[in-house]
Amino acid sequence: MTDVDERNTVDEQNPDGQPESAPAQIIEPQADPATLAPTSPPAPDAVRADELALVHEHGLEIKARSQWAYARRRFLRHRLAMLSLIVLVIVLLAGVFAKQIAPYAYDQQDFAHSEVAPTLKANHFFGTDVLGRDYFSRVLFGIQNSERVAFLVAVLATVIGTAIGAVSGFYSGWTDNLLMRFTDLILTLPGLAVLLTAAAFLGTGKPTRVAFILALLFWTGLARIVRGSFLSLREKEYVEAAKAAGSGDLRIMFRHMLPNAIGPIVVNATLIVGVAILTEAALSFLGFGIQPPAASLGSLINDGQNVASSDWWLVTFPGLTIVLIVLCINFIGDGLRDALDPTQRRRA
Amino acid sequence: MITFVIRRVLYSIPVLFAASVLIFVSVTAIGDPLATLKVNPLLSKVTVQRIEERKHLNESIPVQYGYWVKDALTNKFGTPLLQPGNRIWDDLRRVIPHTLQLVLLAEILALLIGVGIGVYSAIRQYSAFDYSATTLSFLGFAMPVFWLALMLQVLFTNIFLKWNVRIFYTSGLSSEDTGGGIHFVVDRLQHLAIPAMTLMVISIATYSRFMRASMLEVINSDYVRTARAKGLMERKVTLKHALRNALIPVVTVSALNFGALIGGAVITETIFQLDGMGNYFISNLFSQDAYAVMAWLMVTATAVILFNLIADIAYGYLDPRIRYD
Repeated sequence: MTDVDERNTVDEQNPDGQPESAPAQIIEPQADPATLAPTSPPAPDAVRADELALVHEHGLEIKARSQWAYARRRFLRHRLAMLSLIVLVIVLLAGVFAKQIAPYAYDQQDFAHSEVAPTLKANHFFGTDVLGRDYFSRVLFGIQNSERVAFLVAVLATVIGTAIGAVSGFYSGWTDNLLMRFTDLILTLPGLAVLLTAAAFLGTGKPTRVAFILALLFWTGLARIVRGSFLSLREKEYVEAAKAAGSGDLRIMFRHMLPNAIGPIVVNATLIVGVAILTEAALSFLGFGIQPPAASLGSLINDGQNVASSDWWLVTFPGLTIVLIVLCINFIGDGLRDALDPTQRRRA
Repeated sequence: MITFVIRRVLYSIPVLFAASVLIFVSVTAIGDPLATLKVNPLLSKVTVQRIEERKHLNESIPVQYGYWVKDALTNKFGTPLLQPGNRIWDDLRRVIPHTLQLVLLAEILALLIGVGIGVYSAIRQYSAFDYSATTLSFLGFAMPVFWLALMLQVLFTNIFLKWNVRIFYTSGLSSEDTGGGIHFVVDRLQHLAIPAMTLMVISIATYSRFMRASMLEVINSDYVRTARAKGLMERKVTLKHALRNALIPVVTVSALNFGALIGGAVITETIFQLDGMGNYFISNLFSQDAYAVMAWLMVTATAVILFNLIADIAYGYLDPRIRYD
């Protein structure tokens, strides 16, 4: 949320030049979604983006509202996305504070109470496994490991994808060609298989290691998106102006252009969290992810696999947790897309 | 069009070459392919040395790559690390048809169902059907494939154990003694049914979303209104005029989906113990046989490149408005 965004003030929300006699607050943000795109044309004074708390136009004083303020309003109105956000925050916090919440330690065995079906007695909400470990506690710790991996993947993949996409789109020419052919090449390899190979030969176990392996592949989609917006942004006048003012390439790319391409990046980063949780679960399930006795949502399902037909709870609850988390993330991503990136809004 | 096809085919060759380099260098450079063999107490030093010589592992990586390519082209991908008598391609030739059976069955059904759902959702936009289809597709995207596979396996195993009814088998490719002809086919389908169902879920979700979007776009276009205006039956308008054009993006998406399907096959074949490519891949990963893994990756990468090629050419063929020069 940098000051550069303040540039997209009311005068740009309404570029048709219709005189607004009323204060800007009552302008419906939905009125003209296309112009709210992150690529919206800059004001002539774009370079001095930091002031502009008030702008004068048509002789009227109009209160400025940043692009982010509009996006926030649109997102808050998206009921499903808001509900999902609340649910997701609760689930993720339960993972973060697993140690405080969980009634048992994740590796605490109790052979007297093995294979107990879900019950309120002794807090075995999700039952226990063959070794008598409490599955509710293990699921909480599983959430903790899975979310750790997923967020790390999202951050890494976003940084790599943005950097490669930005360089590719900004310089175009042979740099672009080289980077994009490389991206295409990675996309021709079946993703899960490559991840499994990397995990098998690099060795896994720790969440950070798993996250780095996932991030190796997950940047490609974002790189293409960022490249696309940079290709069009680099033709804008404000980029020319920044060049004329003597800004360096890096400054132009990341200080001037990036904030205008931020919408799709944020949406994509959100969705990567969901895909990362699913993929990490698959890796751990196949035995190439988080290693026992540590728990991840995928390895928990793997643990329960052999006795799944009698102890159904061992497979059901970790799986439902994954579905819940990914569902929430996808709904939030949808809401964010509508809020930040209205040009890509699905035509209903 | 013909020049486009030729150019596109020629373009695939460097991609194939680059993919082979990427696969070879990353797998061999990641770690010593012999690392696990050297610590294996069952193998003598002489055996390991012999493997090293057989695979030219003391040479530089470009030389090793040369030997690998030579083996791949002239010697059925050469030998696996541990069984000098076998050829990798012979194993692959056994498992590939099994995977193709599974993937094709799932894909054809997914296309039919997905397209059907998408078209109906678009025609009855905002109906109860449309909303439930949307909700279900969101569920489909959020559902881990392996979890769904396990749940279905548990369900059908329990049906069998409780009522002694065998609707679908829950593991393996065939029963021991099936007989021939139609009995074999029915038995194979009973074995493939649940794996195919699990593979289909994500594909159906994807195709129905794509189909709905493209159908909506087409339905609201001018030429469809013209067709209606000149008095064609609604059924004919949707099925003949609208559907044909709306199918184009779905066809390409389904060709591009191949890589994801292989990923799904790796998971389902492992769970249902089908003797397919996925199972072969996982077992070689566990035994760390770098050469079998590289051959597998190369074969699937070739298939994906081939399907990308098909997608591009099909797109040009189906939509003559596309110009390539």
